[in-house]
Amino acid sequence: MSTIDSHASSAPASSGAGFACIADWIGTTDHKRLGRLYLGASAITFIASAVAALLLGVERISPTKEWLNVGSLTQLFAFERFGFTYLVLLPLMVGAAIAVVPLQVGARALALPRLAAAGFWLWLIGAGLAVFALINNGGPGGGNPRFVDLFILSTVLVLVGLLASAGSVATTILTTRAPGMNMRRVPYFTWSVLVASLCLLIALPVLTGDLLYLYAAHHYPSLGELASNRALGQWAGFGFTQPTTLILAIPALGLLADTAATASGERLRPRGPILLAIALGGVAVLGSVLQTSPGLDAGVFHIAVSDLVKQLIPFGIVQVLPVIGIFALFAFSVQGLGRRPKVTAPLVFALFSVLLLLEAATANLVAHIGDAQLAGTTFEEGAWLLVVLAGVTAAAGAVTYWGPKWWGRTLPEKPALGLALVLFVGAQLAALPLLVAGFADQLGGIFPAIEPGNAPSAVNFSYSGPMELWNSLSAVGLGLTLVAVLAFLAFAVRSFLTGAAAGDDPWNGHTLEWATTSPAPADNFAAVHIVTSAEPLLDLKPSTRSDA
Amino acid sequence: MIALSSSPAAAPRRQIFVGTALACAAAASLFGGMLALFLRMRDAGIKANGLWVPKGVVVPMVPANIMLLSLIPTGVFAQWAVYSAKRDDKQHTGVALALVGVMGLLFINAQAYIYSQMKLPANGGTYNSMFYTLTGVLVAAAIAGVVFSAVTAFRYLGGRTTDREVVSAHALYWYVLSAAYVLLWFVVYVTK
Repeated sequence: MSTIDSHASSAPASSGAGFACIADWIGTTDHKRLGRLYLGASAITFIASAVAALLLGVERISPTKEWLNVGSLTQLFAFERFGFTYLVLLPLMVGAAIAVVPLQVGARALALPRLAAAGFWLWLIGAGLAVFALINNGGPGGGNPRFVDLFILSTVLVLVGLLASAGSVATTILTTRAPGMNMRRVPYFTWSVLVASLCLLIALPVLTGDLLYLYAAHHYPSLGELASNRALGQWAGFGFTQPTTLILAIPALGLLADTAATASGERLRPRGPILLAIALGGVAVLGSVLQTSPGLDAGVFHIAVSDLVKQLIPFGIVQVLPVIGIFALFAFSVQGLGRRPKVTAPLVFALFSVLLLLEAATANLVAHIGDAQLAGTTFEEGAWLLVVLAGVTAAAGAVTYWGPKWWGRTLPEKPALGLALVLFVGAQLAALPLLVAGFADQLGGIFPAIEPGNAPSAVNFSYSGPMELWNSLSAVGLGLTLVAVLAFLAFAVRSFLTGAAAGDDPWNGHTLEWATTSPAPADNFAAVHIVTSAEPLLDLKPSTRSDA
Repeated sequence: MIALSSSPAAAPRRQIFVGTALACAAAASLFGGMLALFLRMRDAGIKANGLWVPKGVVVPMVPANIMLLSLIPTGVFAQWAVYSAKRDDKQHTGVALALVGVMGLLFINAQAYIYSQMKLPANGGTYNSMFYTLTGVLVAAAIAGVVFSAVTAFRYLGGRTTDREVVSAHALYWYVLSAAYVLLWFVVYVTK
């Protein structure tokens, strides 16, 4: 059938130059190229979003000095939130998944590859239109109704594109695994991608439906809650904050488990609970289904027992279980190793990423306890930033780990280790001060509306305490993160062009992607491998094997 | 390169069916979310103003019921196509797929008739915009379903008689669409 036999071999590797090469890339259905297109485009959108965040960070340092035009702040906040979430975090995860999953499951191609390719182009076009709309005073709180409409529709386009690609990846995992690879034997990263993809297929349509309502109400203006240009934050805001954003970063958990096992040369034990811990992260999807984020709004200490139980159940499921899952995964990855792992750059990136995610999930939990009085403060923004930067760190780890398989050359190990540390420190500096400022009641919001004067609907920078210090630290952290990512991109490009040739199995890996040549050929594998365990390559390496 | 034992390339496992099932799950999530928000706004509207459907607006029940009745045989016809395809009965498969398409067109036509009868201005308030969005998304899904029926029929009748998986996926799509409409019919047309 043509729909499933569109192997990458039908789109031969580009040998031409100029337009022929561009046409090859535009029409490609090769999953490795599609993944790299996603990753490359997300790197560009990261730079743009980070610059916007940095400008806002500098602006927030002092409430009395204004660097930017007040009228543009609302759009900058919207650009930062939308850009980091749907133009950076999610496409990074989808890109890494598309590029890696078929190799990990021993497939020769992605399932429904044209769907995945269409998804990428839809996402890219939607992203371009959304940015164009924001520049023209559209978006949440925008003053130009036509561009507010355009922003909503282009966000729908972005979501549909990402859904198409996620659907293709999930279908690949469910239908094209190598013979003998049952679901208990899939690599951890692939499992985490499956969990994330299924969650996305449930969560993003709910957001899409809300956006369609908002578009209709806004395009045909009338009185009503949905028609206001502030309604986007109120009714679709759940798609741009926790717990929805937590599910976008679930693949980071799988990356840690895979890299930890590889770095130690051992099987991670116990496998079942590790798979369960990763899946627990997916419980956060219930927050999207509910279109809200359940919390203990009235607090723990001044509430009737019956109300406490009523609030505690959804709070426990949606907010607490993901924290338990991430913590359990972290603990298993550290304790389950039979021997001390070799410190490799991908492992360090993955470790830092999961630490950031654990912080984010815990902060999110605290933010939803009424006694903490953190609603409407920058605490939420800090937790969200931690999730985004966890995703960016994980993506850098994925490129370091699987880059040799994609382009046949290695990234330099020591600089990568240094950059992992800088990225982690930058992420902490960027997010933690916002958490502290939240405790000091600095106002914030998912799509805060900044207006001159003291309009009651606006979030003005009126706060007390040592805010200049917290906001300065956050701006420095964002700058550090941007520098680290730029340096990482420079190293990646250098490695791609002139890096040392990688062997077929540079990390002494356990899973199927390391059983093919580097770079992997268009059809991935010369033969279809039969799998008899979760670590088929480890079985063939008796010197490093811990058991039979 | 590491030498693992290998086997001949296995046939892909029902990719189109699995892909369609995932798309149906996403569609169910879309309709579920939209219906939930509709109910929430209806509740808020009744609490605030004492009514949800604007005064003077009559929701025509006859075409809404015809839409419901058109979708019930659609599931039967779609399953008939699956049954016939499994038995390599090209003629019956073609007839069944064509009937599904016709029923889909009937469904779309009835919805268009409802729009023309209600004469509801799109900018008349929250109910109006939500009504058009919710029913419009379902009509879009029905149009996609008719296209799916046509593509399935052309593929099958064009000689791809081993593509039974596509016929099964087509049936699944219409089942989910029917279930979505049953919910919408009850919420939007019956309980209003």
